[in-house]
Amino acid sequence: MKRRMHAGVIPTASMADIAFLLLIFFLVTTTIDMDKGLGIILPPPGAEVEVSKKNISNLLINAQGKILLDNEPVQTRDIKRIVESKIAANDKLIISVKTHPRTKYQVYIDVLDQLKQAKATRISIAEPSQ
Amino acid sequence: MKFESKTKVSSEIPTASMPDIIFMLLIFFMVTTVMREYEGLPVLLPQAKQIEKLETKRHVSHIFLSKDGMISVDDKIIPMGNVRHVMYKKRAEDPQLIVSLKADKHVTMGHINDMHTELREADALKINYSTKTAVY
Repeated sequence: MKRRMHAGVIPTASMADIAFLLLIFFLVTTTIDMDKGLGIILPPPGAEVEVSKKNISNLLINAQGKILLDNEPVQTRDIKRIVESKIAANDKLIISVKTHPRTKYQVYIDVLDQLKQAKATRISIAEPSQ
Repeated sequence: MKFESKTKVSSEIPTASMPDIIFMLLIFFMVTTVMREYEGLPVLLPQAKQIEKLETKRHVSHIFLSKDGMISVDDKIIPMGNVRHVMYKKRAEDPQLIVSLKADKHVTMGHINDMHTELREADALKINYSTKTAVY
């Protein structure tokens, strides 16, 4: 007695097409652009560390976006060069950035960008004195 | 005289394993895809040159800070004083948390400093100022 074997077969010819369709969907919805920006690590709350004066460089930004680096007015684009030479002279240097509450965020980012370009790793964001 | 090849060489590419290959690719993309979770607020990001990429998306939490000082975390508008509670909860859930601060470039440093204080209180210390790539 011969059995007929043709029944009960799922057609698999279009399987690849279905898989392709799903694949294309996920390819399209995958966002390639990663978040990017300037990373910084904040000091833990209440941590006050005494640092000797000669290892600190003060960088002040006022409300008009004017920058004062160690009591000398500087242009934004010059910060990189000046800080680089300062770090070359003293590798323990901490750059303390102080801003006015009405300083524009873009100015602050520009300054931070310059400091990052100068390979300054020790950046401190000072609390504005009231 | 008639020539006849004895062995027939099949010249077809085997397609039987094609779905398997495609499925493997599919599963790879499914696993690596992170769907965009939150819309956030409309912000004009500042520009910077020396930017770094965030290596991971899993441990990143976004805080939106708009021009008029509105703060949005997970699509909810919250006041500045509540940031510490929200972020503290997130920090407790994920110790590797990185905060991506998406602040408008016209925002003033008063708001940013307040945000710093809130994040320090919440012990979320790893932050990233989200910026665009500057083209000069």
